[in-house]
Amino acid sequence: MVTLTINGEQHKLDVPEEMPLLWVIRDVVGLTGTKFGCGMALCGCCTMHIDGQAMRTCVLPASYGSGKKITTIEGLSPDSSSALQKAWIAEQVPQCGYCQSGQLMAASALLAQNPRPSDADIDNAMTNICRCGTYESIRAAIHRAAGSADKAVQ
Amino acid sequence: MNAALRRSDFVRLTASFAGSLVLVAGADGCSKPSQTQQDFAANGGFSPNVWLSVRPDNTITFVINRSEMGQGVMTGLPTLLAEELDVPLSKVTIEVAPPEPSYLYPGQKEMNTGGSTSMRDSWLPLRQAGAIARAMLVQAAAKQWGADPSTLRTNAGTVVDASGRTATYGSLATAASQLPVPQNVALKSPDKFTLIGKTTVQRPDIPSKVNGTAKYGIDVVVPGMKYAAIARCPVFGGKVKSFDASKAKAIHGVTGVVQVPTGVAVIANNTWAAFQGKSALVVEWDEGPNAHLNSEDMFAEGQRFARDPSKGVVALQRGNVKGVNGKAIEGMYLGPLLAHAAMEPENATADVRADSVEIWAPTQAQTRALRRTMKITGLPAEKIAIHTTMLGGGFGRRLQSDYIEEAVEVSKAIGAPVKVQWTREDDTQHDFYRPMSVNAIAAVLDESGRIAAMTHRIVAEATGREYRPKQFGQAHGIDGSALRGISDAPYDLANYTVIYIEKEYGVPVGSWRAPDANWNTFVVESFMDELAHAAGKDPVEFRLAHLQPESPASLALKSVAQRAKWGERQSGIYQGAAIMVWNGSTGALVADVSMNGKTPKVHHVTAVVHIGTVVNPEIVIAQVRGAINFGLSAALTGKITVKNGRVQQANFDTYTVLQMADAPSIDVYALPSQDHPTGIGELGLPGIAPAMGNAIFAATGKRVRRLPFSDSLA
Repeated sequence: MVTLTINGEQHKLDVPEEMPLLWVIRDVVGLTGTKFGCGMALCGCCTMHIDGQAMRTCVLPASYGSGKKITTIEGLSPDSSSALQKAWIAEQVPQCGYCQSGQLMAASALLAQNPRPSDADIDNAMTNICRCGTYESIRAAIHRAAGSADKAVQ
Repeated sequence: MNAALRRSDFVRLTASFAGSLVLVAGADGCSKPSQTQQDFAANGGFSPNVWLSVRPDNTITFVINRSEMGQGVMTGLPTLLAEELDVPLSKVTIEVAPPEPSYLYPGQKEMNTGGSTSMRDSWLPLRQAGAIARAMLVQAAAKQWGADPSTLRTNAGTVVDASGRTATYGSLATAASQLPVPQNVALKSPDKFTLIGKTTVQRPDIPSKVNGTAKYGIDVVVPGMKYAAIARCPVFGGKVKSFDASKAKAIHGVTGVVQVPTGVAVIANNTWAAFQGKSALVVEWDEGPNAHLNSEDMFAEGQRFARDPSKGVVALQRGNVKGVNGKAIEGMYLGPLLAHAAMEPENATADVRADSVEIWAPTQAQTRALRRTMKITGLPAEKIAIHTTMLGGGFGRRLQSDYIEEAVEVSKAIGAPVKVQWTREDDTQHDFYRPMSVNAIAAVLDESGRIAAMTHRIVAEATGREYRPKQFGQAHGIDGSALRGISDAPYDLANYTVIYIEKEYGVPVGSWRAPDANWNTFVVESFMDELAHAAGKDPVEFRLAHLQPESPASLALKSVAQRAKWGERQSGIYQGAAIMVWNGSTGALVADVSMNGKTPKVHHVTAVVHIGTVVNPEIVIAQVRGAINFGLSAALTGKITVKNGRVQQANFDTYTVLQMADAPSIDVYALPSQDHPTGIGELGLPGIAPAMGNAIFAATGKRVRRLPFSDSLA
């Protein structure tokens, strides 16, 4: 039995402790917005926030998540209203869209730590794979969101 | 079945409908009514074509017969309907058609998505469908108001008269359904377009792709569904000899193990348990005849064939290459096998019952999947429903139906609905690869530095054998598709021979974004560069001298040279140019490259494309950028190697792909045109590797004739 707090909701789950968080959340909890891409923490499709850190959950055991605050793409905002989601729409970032949940979660964690990232910061932080090749749009959307965040503060 | 699992939930993008009226029928006016049309007809509904419906509650639904895999068909095709019907795209519900004959365009034999054909094939039929429906709605309003239809106009889903009186399309739907379907309706002239060619059209699939609600194949859940993973023979074509499932069955969550044609399937209550069970299986394989297959041997054999004048058939001949005197140049070019590595590993869900089958899959090839399912189950087409989900990438991999057939086999074996999920390793090691290609290319330059003769001998496996077996047989061993990027290259060559040598190695091959052109263009455009340098000419000027003036290739090359500031040297940056063609589309690009020791970096790419009318400028830019990045990824490090019949790469640590830090900025321009659109999903890809190789030559003097660059420059 593992107890997880996902997007503010507590779930008591009858799963093996070593079952990866990704599969617990997709197949058992039923939140499928987070994707499976590689199973080795190489591609970033499975990125969630765990206590605010972007983490690749395909290799994290369920037990790791207990007692921590887990946020998935479904919990990034209640209505796609976060600055990043708006920027993703404004820049028309997704093509197939499969990697974009992970991209958004990685970008969100980046902006939380570094509100005005440089291109080099983005290169270093954004190592999620996109096979459609949307990288230039992702970069533009992160800069756009960073700009709008600043304006909101002003 | 659960109402939440209808086709519509996977493909519909806006609210559901409740109403009784559909405007449906083939654009040619003679297609057999679809089941949906029949359902609506039974409710007093009406049908000018299968592609759109207007209901009394003002719900408008568009149906497209292509799969959305990121290339934008859910935007581009509805744009054509919306433009002529005169409705805002944001108010429309979009569905993907089932693979029924009524949803095929005249002349189309199968429902599939590939070859950059969606816009080209849809351009007239969908605009006609929208225009016919609009004309009927106007006619209905004219009748209601006692007005002359020519005095009425339409605006955003309403008919408006001269006094400003309006009626919504929904309010006119029932009346429109009573009218005869006109056969000829004028289409809008381009100067009247409000959506086609405009940058204001937003992709309707994007909101669902930023909040996790878009449904891909991997997200399908059916009541009572099991999860399965399959252990397949690591050697191509091998079979199960025997297996021990005791350890697999001991895994928590595993409920069964069954043998299927492609291997041994572990059935479980969740994906992870199925993966664990698969790893715990002990299988003894009959490895079959491919157990000694090695890619280095394949390359060696390919080169022997390329040099052996007794091999091959003449695929293209212009003039006579024999006896032409001048300066001779030759090169041997080697292209590796490549995997697709779409982000969504293969998967499909099937529910095989005694008298019917239901399938949910991310597929580019619905008709192929349907036919194979008929064969496996013995059921007729009308008993098989195929629901197309969003695709987490396609790139040609999902033109195959192997992973769907597996789900059908497993469901049939266990008598329950099942989702078969591949691991990344399965996906990399059981692909239908971009074929290996060996090319011996040679040319003679005359005294003025023009190409006097060229001979190109290609040794490659034919993807046509798989997709078009009949035509392949009839063509006496010439695979027309294997010549893409060569037979349609734009150069004026008076004496030119192309010899095609079909070589079947035993590795499954298939379409990989811009099939065949993705490699052939590297050979042709690298070699053109070799010839330019041998002739002492500027590579752009040399190409222009071999192109028809004012041809699309010439215009694109001149334009890209100007935009990329060709010839204006920047410190440490070297440029390479290439022309690319794909299925009627033409383009040219320039890559700006620097060298850090032996490692090349592409900083910027400028691309100019000629694709006829541009329907959605933002999607054209996105597709060219995406195709360039896909090609760059392969050019930098992409290769699949085979040892003892086994693929040596498995995951993204061994089959590395492009990341943010290595992605260049890319400027894309389309030449203005009002011609019939061609296609843009693939055109951008073939030019990047040769442009990069040509820039590397400019930087280092080293000519790379074998990809990937990471190996050749090491």
